Amino acid sequence: MARAGLYFAAVLAAVLCAGPFVWSLITAFKQNRDLYDPRNNPFLFNRPATPDHVLYLFSDTAFLTFAWNTLWVGALVVLITLAFSLPAAYALARLDRPWSGPLGIAIFLVYLVPPSLLFLSLSRMVVGVGLQDSTWSLVLIYPTITIPVSVWLLMGFLKTVPRDIEEQAMVDGYSRLGAFVRAVVPLVFPGIVAVVVFAFTLTASEFIYALAFVAPTHEMPVSTGVPTQLVRGDVFFWQSLQAATVLIALPMAFVFNLFLDRFIAGFTMGAVKG
Amino acid sequence: MKPRLADRPDTLAWLFLLPSVLYIVVLVAVPFVLAIAFALSDVSAGDPSYDFVGTRNFERAFDDPVFWKSLGNTFVFTLVSMVLIVVLGKVLANILVADFRGKWVIRFLVLLPWTTPVALSSISWLWLLDSIYSPIDWVLRELGILGAGENLYWLGQPGLAMTSVIAVHVWRLTPLAAVIMMAGLVAIPSDINEAAKVDGAGYWRRMFEITVPLVLPVAAVAALFGAIFTFTDMAVVRVLTRGGPNDATQVLASWAFYRGIEGGDVAQGAAVALFLFPLLLAAAVGILRVVRRIEVG
Repeated sequence: MARAGLYFAAVLAAVLCAGPFVWSLITAFKQNRDLYDPRNNPFLFNRPATPDHVLYLFSDTAFLTFAWNTLWVGALVVLITLAFSLPAAYALARLDRPWSGPLGIAIFLVYLVPPSLLFLSLSRMVVGVGLQDSTWSLVLIYPTITIPVSVWLLMGFLKTVPRDIEEQAMVDGYSRLGAFVRAVVPLVFPGIVAVVVFAFTLTASEFIYALAFVAPTHEMPVSTGVPTQLVRGDVFFWQSLQAATVLIALPMAFVFNLFLDRFIAGFTMGAVKG
Repeated sequence: MKPRLADRPDTLAWLFLLPSVLYIVVLVAVPFVLAIAFALSDVSAGDPSYDFVGTRNFERAFDDPVFWKSLGNTFVFTLVSMVLIVVLGKVLANILVADFRGKWVIRFLVLLPWTTPVALSSISWLWLLDSIYSPIDWVLRELGILGAGENLYWLGQPGLAMTSVIAVHVWRLTPLAAVIMMAGLVAIPSDINEAAKVDGAGYWRRMFEITVPLVLPVAAVAALFGAIFTFTDMAVVRVLTRGGPNDATQVLASWAFYRGIEGGDVAQGAAVALFLFPLLLAAAVGILRVVRRIEVG
């Protein structure tokens, strides 16, 4: 009985969360005459399915460029984030300075300063360094969103590494720095994976900065490029829009799901026992 | 022997921290101060020269009824979404930590709303809530709740528009809250529960004396993230309603964007956006206090 209830709840949750995507998928393959008739059943193909609108996405829009921009911006931002936050988290979690507590809180507070507050002055600064209308402006700015969260997540992971491991490595002749690089970093690999996934998701979803900094079509990431190219004034290219949503959503959810357990482990340690 | 550089914890700590601190100071603290300076000036897209005008922008904001409406909407939007996100997130987390066949597929489907870029999922919803072709209206018509040819105009009526914006937002963030709370549920050592059971504690007693206190801190963290993402979010509002109809769904973040970027009135936009920070800070301090009290108590 409880079993049936659990399955029922699980399926209900899945339908509520993924329902819109199923419907998007159906819409993406519909003919215009099928779609734009309010009497037609919106969940079925009332006329034969057509791949035209999905193909349009690839042939007539810069969809692949947007996807590529999101991918390389995300990859670079993840690299920058790790390079900055891993040592910072180690210093805060392990090097036992008197100011590490307050500084940890200060870094967390940075997360409370929202993009909606900063985008106006940041867009001025982006113009100032000559990166306006370039995808590189996003590479420069996005780490400000990802570094604070990542420091926080990684601190949790680092606190779980037993101190003996570094001490043993130092007895073996490594310096403190060497012990960190050779002994500690490999042990927090799950945490690094969690950061990679979380930072990439945050970057790919970001909307305000991308909207404010980058106007030329070919420099845009998915989150602003798809809406601007497939919405022309009042005309929405609905089938292509839905196809784009599904094409981006599925791979990201798939990868995120692969790393979900590690992500959960990281959150617990950082948030609760921090 | 004098310790080498790589062995001195104090120097190393500074070397490790300095890059992150500098990055944040230059790209968060400086623009933050700049935002305050803009809010006290008359800078606009047409006239970028800086003239100090004191609190004039704030007075202008206070005189504008749209500001008060946005402020009220921001609170309604945040509070309602947060409560729903935390409650539904807890329910979802309980489902996802249970063991059952096909769990991987369910988890994958449940994660979709959170991993999809918000601009794209909002556009999908825009079509779901379309004034004529909404499939929700179609179902209601088939069920006879709506008459033939009738529509609800989800995004065209103030009450429904707000409901829609909140619903989409809750749909999007509940999976994240669930993931955070799964972490909390997984972290409760099962031997605590076992021990309580051996000692004769019943289900409800265990629930209120073990599970709830242990989950509360992590629920508070989920609430905090929910509040930050909600309070500062304008993507859903912007894509679905552009603040309309008649500013019924306008929030501070979207109004600041509208004034500052689209209207070109940088100074006014900055003054409006500046209101986000103290409110957010108060919320964060409040939630973190609750967490600390629970942990100590």
